[in-house]
Amino acid sequence: MDEMKSVVLEYIVDEYVDEDDDVEVDFDTALISSGIVDSFSMVSLKVFLEKKYDISLSDSEATPEAFDTVTSIVELVNKHLG
Amino acid sequence: MAYSDKTRQAFVDDIETIKKRGIFKEKRFICSPQGAVIDVEYPEGAPRKEVLNFCANNYLGLSSHADVIKAAHEGLDSRGYGMSSVRFICGTQDIHRELQDKMSSFLGMEDTLLFPSCMDANAGVFESILEPEDVIIADRLIHASLVDGIRLCSAQYDTFKHMNMKHLEKKLELHQDKRHRLIVTDGVFSMDGDLCPLDEMCELSEKYDAMLLVDESHASGFIGRTGRGTHEHFGVMDKIDLITTTFGKALGGASGGCVSGRKELVELCRQKARPYLFSNSMAPPIVAGSIKVIEVLSKTTERRDKLEENTQRFREKMTSAGLNIRSGVTPIVPVMLYNAKLANDMARDMYAEGIYVIGFFFPVVAAGAARIRVQLSAAHEIEHIDKCVDAFAKVGDKYGIIGMDKKAIIDKYGM
Repeated sequence: MDEMKSVVLEYIVDEYVDEDDDVEVDFDTALISSGIVDSFSMVSLKVFLEKKYDISLSDSEATPEAFDTVTSIVELVNKHLG
Repeated sequence: MAYSDKTRQAFVDDIETIKKRGIFKEKRFICSPQGAVIDVEYPEGAPRKEVLNFCANNYLGLSSHADVIKAAHEGLDSRGYGMSSVRFICGTQDIHRELQDKMSSFLGMEDTLLFPSCMDANAGVFESILEPEDVIIADRLIHASLVDGIRLCSAQYDTFKHMNMKHLEKKLELHQDKRHRLIVTDGVFSMDGDLCPLDEMCELSEKYDAMLLVDESHASGFIGRTGRGTHEHFGVMDKIDLITTTFGKALGGASGGCVSGRKELVELCRQKARPYLFSNSMAPPIVAGSIKVIEVLSKTTERRDKLEENTQRFREKMTSAGLNIRSGVTPIVPVMLYNAKLANDMARDMYAEGIYVIGFFFPVVAAGAARIRVQLSAAHEIEHIDKCVDAFAKVGDKYGIIGMDKKAIIDKYGM
């Protein structure tokens, strides 16, 4: 679980945070509601999760709420992995 | 009665939620032609007040230009008021063809297709040329109308960090397995006034076999030595595949937009773009006025030169006065305040000083990046600009932010 969280966190920092941003992201940082990840660019994260964990996330699952923290993202992925 | 009290209450609650979030848009009425000096009724019902307008997209001051108004009158007399048709049935006049040809020549593109607005052009262009095996790779801060158009089309999409060419290159490498790649960007970004580095982007598009679409709505008419746009500024006029732009900003400010570019891509828009196929033609007086605008701008660079001088004066004086502005060269000048309430309060006080500007904050801009966006115009005179700077200095002093950098403002007011 923690390993998956670290992988997802690393991807988010690399994909969404600029070098000169004064933003620190941890497992429970609000991503969508704080504006670090916007709903338009959320697609990169969805595709990353689907490829990395060989799952398929429907639009009804890949919501801004479900993608709002690393913790909630990992919970969603784990549901699919059983 | 379908609209029951319960139904009504649900919508009333929605409106209240918008108000509670602090993003409710109030009514403001302009009781004069658009220009540097306007009569405004605000709040609704208040006596009219004459203010200097620093928030219009009237970059070249052509919205109420005598020659444009005269041309629109002549268009009204010679071609009528409206077409009562979409373009492809019986809504295309000779003047629509003339404006398209003039735009192709002005922008340096092969062909052009008019749309009722640039919002419509952006809504229709992607669905017309791309399929599910293609990918769109877009800057994260592109205009909302491009986002909507991308979401309406069946192609896959991905995004890259704002103006980050390394990240774009990474995404281009990632998507080499797709049939077509289309990079999408604004030429000038409307909230920050940033100029997209189109020269670097063109190199990447060639290296990775990608097409390039640029929305030039905040650039056409004044960016580049002769005002052709961002592609002229960066010396890549022959390397852009598609431009979308508007007649609703610098180019007269009325309405209408277009897709301009490679002739095959424009032809596909003519055949398939739903906003083109299912919405009325641009009205004849607006087409006639827009033709005059392009004629005026093709003859002289006087207006874009004045805009450039005004922009330089404003940026220099604001910096000297100790206001924290985002650096750049375009007439979009964000005065950075970071805190939403501060941006709103200062905009209100600026209005009291006779300067019409607006505060912008999340979700319109990134969280913690609230600002007042100032837009310069060739219609502004030196005394207008100086009055605006003086008002910012006075209001900024009231809030104790003069000479403060980002950290100091955030320490004082929070984000």
